[in-house]
Amino acid sequence: MKKRGKGLAVAFYPTGMGGGGDFTNAIVKIKPDGTADLIIGTVELGQGACTVLPQMAAEILGIEYEQVKFINDNTDSCPICFGSFASRVTYFAGNAVIKAATNARQKLFEIAAPDLGAAPEDLEAVDGTIRVKNSPEKALPIGQVATKGLYEKHEFVVGTGSFGRPRSFPDPETGACDPLATLAWASVQIEVEVDTETGVVTVIDSRSVYDVGKAINPEMAKLQVEGGAIMGMSWATLENLYPFYPSPKFQPRSLGQYMIATTMDIPHIETTMVECPSPVGPWGAKGIGEMTANPPSPAVVNAVHDAIGVWITDIPITPEKVLRALEEKEKAGN
Amino acid sequence: MTFKSIGKSKPRYNGLDHVTGQAQYVDDIFIPGTLAVKALRSPVHKGIIRKLDTSRAEKFPGVKGVITAADVPCNTYGYLTLDQAVLADKAVRYMGEPIAAVAADNLEAANEALDLITLEIEQETPVFDPLEAMKPDAPKVRPEGNVLMVGNRPYRLVFNGDIEKGFAQADEIIENTFFFPSQEHAPIETQVSLAVPEKDSRLTIYTVTQGMYFLLRQLQRILGQGDDLTNRWSERMQYASRGHLGFCDIKYVGGNVGGAFGGKTELHADAIAALMALKTGRPCKWRWTREEEMLYSARHSPWRMTFKDGVTKDGRIVARKVFSIHDAGAYTGLSSYVVDKHAFYVAGPYYLPNVEVKCAVVYTNKVPTGAIRGFGVTPGTYACEIQMNMIAEKLRIDPWEIRFINAIRNGDQLATRTKLESVYLIETMQKLAEALNHPIDKKYASLTSAPREA
Repeated sequence: MKKRGKGLAVAFYPTGMGGGGDFTNAIVKIKPDGTADLIIGTVELGQGACTVLPQMAAEILGIEYEQVKFINDNTDSCPICFGSFASRVTYFAGNAVIKAATNARQKLFEIAAPDLGAAPEDLEAVDGTIRVKNSPEKALPIGQVATKGLYEKHEFVVGTGSFGRPRSFPDPETGACDPLATLAWASVQIEVEVDTETGVVTVIDSRSVYDVGKAINPEMAKLQVEGGAIMGMSWATLENLYPFYPSPKFQPRSLGQYMIATTMDIPHIETTMVECPSPVGPWGAKGIGEMTANPPSPAVVNAVHDAIGVWITDIPITPEKVLRALEEKEKAGN
Repeated sequence: MTFKSIGKSKPRYNGLDHVTGQAQYVDDIFIPGTLAVKALRSPVHKGIIRKLDTSRAEKFPGVKGVITAADVPCNTYGYLTLDQAVLADKAVRYMGEPIAAVAADNLEAANEALDLITLEIEQETPVFDPLEAMKPDAPKVRPEGNVLMVGNRPYRLVFNGDIEKGFAQADEIIENTFFFPSQEHAPIETQVSLAVPEKDSRLTIYTVTQGMYFLLRQLQRILGQGDDLTNRWSERMQYASRGHLGFCDIKYVGGNVGGAFGGKTELHADAIAALMALKTGRPCKWRWTREEEMLYSARHSPWRMTFKDGVTKDGRIVARKVFSIHDAGAYTGLSSYVVDKHAFYVAGPYYLPNVEVKCAVVYTNKVPTGAIRGFGVTPGTYACEIQMNMIAEKLRIDPWEIRFINAIRNGDQLATRTKLESVYLIETMQKLAEALNHPIDKKYASLTSAPREA
């Protein structure tokens, strides 16, 4: 018989390394054609740093996203980033980029100010120009300003920025500390179908709400959630490196031997983004890269319990575990 | 405020390169004269190396270099505890631990030469089960003991409130144990490193790391290039290798990774490729096979977590006691960091006036564990969220309601006594209920994360 069940799980997740101490530096260079280079030691894993960080630089500089080059390929010329982990990049690298771009923009303001007949603090960067606030007709293209800086004023228009958190050590007696930059929040419901004859658990639906503070790139934030949902349900139903834990025997040696979700296993996924801004995050953004894989596995366990009334508290929920649990339940019932 | 870029779904930068196969990975880089590297790994789970003779391998046609522990300038490394050898010189603590490496003109010659290395290991009794390893008479994985000491305790302790007072207020005690298994990151791109000697005694490392500067510092130390200033800074911060502050002779090239999920925060192939390049003066590439990736790369650690909750009939958690065991494998790696992160969050996003968390790092003779997406918090969320449903079942309260009743709010504290702001748990639940057309009681529909009244 096929039985369906629903399971709820909620989650929170810290942005940045536990206990702080990490930082990222960034360089923003304005070129004479009015485009910019963002130079930063942040690694792109597929998570989208190479997209959202240029978006932030573009926003501050008042230029198009497509006009920002992302240069992150080596430690000789790209400044320090601790790394792409701990859901830290959007928040930490993002804030460093904001500072660097703001710093570069200030230099543009200073070069343009005399020509625009205004003080630097009365200028803004909009639509590829430096212009006087409230007098949009008084404007100079950014490329022209940067060129003037380069050839006439010998002013290298480059901005730098650094952002980090101080280290906070847990108190050895109580564990008290200030471990996080900000927290992101989520609620997830997963629906499963359990085949009581074969023991197979199929995840059929995943609905979630994530608080991202601010989705810098909403489509990519949604894709993060979908990737995490698939990874989490794969952990819940399939993956195990030690099938006879704690024995190290019979470890899988190939992807053929290691059960992991494929595109064929992806359920229906719907995601809603909500935005409760972090006071310090870039435009309020929080990190959600990692957490999206967390609530799915307990939600699957809870859904299986809802479907067939047994608790399986040692994932993955293999068909064997389901059938054994059902057998025990039946025995206990008799 | 209107934005031009922020909040817009801009197309992925370089997305076209990825979908057309133009994106460059380490394995796409060809440098003439590159040697192929292979490592001799421990065939046993635990033992003492009694004999290691590489002379026959060195003479094999095509072999350009063989390295052992004697070739490593500083043969201890680790993120927080310097307890791991690049190449084992005496003790081996897990099956697959590298002992020697060969560089040859091609992979075939390197593989054949590996077979010519004479290795004799006196086997010792391994321990795999952390519960066994915690017993006083268990075989020792490490000479210092099988449990990592945190100060003078065999676990990290984080508590808030008065746990015994909390249990005294409880109508029911609900205790359950949860197990979270080990998983592989399974990236499409396996571990690979290409080390190239350059002019001016510099070394370029083309690699797959998630944090170029994170590993640069570790490699610098292994190659004997650490300077006093950075070492002192690192010690003061109690991080053996968090970040790099000085100038150095190593250049990492990377930034574009073919799948990581946490699995590319370790040195993996870098150190041996670098040592081999220095030994031979030639570019050296060590690419792990899928089997090596599956068997020997750092993996998700298994966790065993026990929750003991004191609850009132109306569903409030008045005491929560958690004990977690983290099966670290044979070396510390990031374990002391991961148990801290676990300890801070395992009790969950709930208002817990009395909470006590203890987390132990236990060594076993298995492959060292490492970072993975969700690092330490994942098993915590898993255990906590199943426990919440178990509490709901026992008290005959709806799983949604048990969470609304206990949900953390602005101004509440974590177990670490951190006072929280920008809390939005209740609101995400309400939005989810709305999206699902799931009916919730009026009193929960009107709840907010506003600070609770004293």
